[in-house]
Amino acid sequence: MKNEKYEKIIQKHRPTEQRVNNAFIAFMIGGGVGALGEILIQVFCMVFHVSRTEASVFMIITLIFLAALFTALGFFDKWVTFGKCGLLIPITGFAHSMMSASLEYKREGLVTGIGTNAFKLAGTVIVYGVVSAWTFGVIRLLIGGGLV
Amino acid sequence: MTFHFRNVYLNEVATIAGPYEKKGPLGKYFDECYTDLYCGAKSWEKAEVKILNESMKKALQKNKLKSDDIDLVISGDLLNQISSSSYAVNDLNRPFFGIYGACSTNVEGLIIGSSLISSKFIDKCLCSVSSHNMSSEKQFRNPTEYGAPKPKTATFTSTGGASAVLSSAKSSIKVESGTIGKVIDLAQTDPLDMGAVMAGAAADTIYTHLKDTGRDASYYDLIVTGDLGLYGKEILKDFMKSEYDVDLSKNYNDCGVILYDLKKQQEILAGGSGPVCSALVLYTYIVNEMKKKKLKRVLMVATGALFNPNFVFQKENILSIAHAVSLEAI
Repeated sequence: MKNEKYEKIIQKHRPTEQRVNNAFIAFMIGGGVGALGEILIQVFCMVFHVSRTEASVFMIITLIFLAALFTALGFFDKWVTFGKCGLLIPITGFAHSMMSASLEYKREGLVTGIGTNAFKLAGTVIVYGVVSAWTFGVIRLLIGGGLV
Repeated sequence: MTFHFRNVYLNEVATIAGPYEKKGPLGKYFDECYTDLYCGAKSWEKAEVKILNESMKKALQKNKLKSDDIDLVISGDLLNQISSSSYAVNDLNRPFFGIYGACSTNVEGLIIGSSLISSKFIDKCLCSVSSHNMSSEKQFRNPTEYGAPKPKTATFTSTGGASAVLSSAKSSIKVESGTIGKVIDLAQTDPLDMGAVMAGAAADTIYTHLKDTGRDASYYDLIVTGDLGLYGKEILKDFMKSEYDVDLSKNYNDCGVILYDLKKQQEILAGGSGPVCSALVLYTYIVNEMKKKKLKRVLMVATGALFNPNFVFQKENILSIAHAVSLEAI
């Protein structure tokens, strides 16, 4: 009874988050990262005369490098606070999560600090990435014999 | 449970603050401020130890005391095993109590110290607290360079060290009474809305204090909570009125809101938090106003969210506690 009454008071004073605004910013920035990726692919195709598949790999490496570098230089966290999921969902977010965790634990040593904690945030993405890849691989094998 | 203390006085105090606190409206009152969160140390944890130790030594110096004159040091902070406090008192070489009450730690220390002085077991006690924005973020949340987006209700852990000497030597501020709070569970689970977690504990302790002492809320010139923040403050006022019929609309404020300029300092979100948040406000603004006799009776209610990430992930509620101490200008 008391808890319900308390919850009502909390709800009354809870500020509204600007969800539409936040989603719009994330959409624009995430789209911007995607567009940047596409531009990089086109540039690599033209400059290095490689196939689109190879150019995609170069693009991913470039984005990971830039995100890790900007995190290390200390301003990518401010971009993430502003751009939110627009920067966290693309590959930039994965690089940033590993770099920020490594920076955080560098004082605790190479093995007990960086080694143990680098995957603190990214580890879950890897675990469930592998689990879902395996699961869908099995489904694909069972349904289409691996051809679909 | 409320104690009335005999002959316990708040002597000189010392505050060391970080860059965000310096930019706030109380910036000019701190004894020392750092413009960099590392504070000249090599890690966040060591920075916290350094500022806590400096606040202890500054308090001794302002009271013209040597560490040998102190009978007991009581200190607490937010880090695991309250390690900042242990490392900070190491070179003082005095008897030590490390205490944990999350953000209510400062008042917990004042109540323990005052009780021992009142009962004449000790004469002089050094009560200290610290917190550090980055060391807390690292321990309780995400890596500091991650910059995870937060809702408006989130609070910002204050950086600083604050120390006070309590003794039976008369000063202009008397520690009149103290109320020990209970652990409160109001089924709150959001670690990014600590104001809502703690407002219930503050309400319970304020009500208990007023009931035990037979006082009305208007007895105090100022009732001030520790770190409820913008929204927690409104929750407390509303809950106090509807549940206990106590009116806090005239003489109530919150340290987390006083410590920063929330309009200009957008990154602070709902307000300051951490054990040092209430101490930085109490030992600067409130103590100064009491010395000038602009405030005569103040009830300081420090609020703590007893938050442990593991328990929250295991779907337990976040518990809270609040302790109150009544100060009088004489």
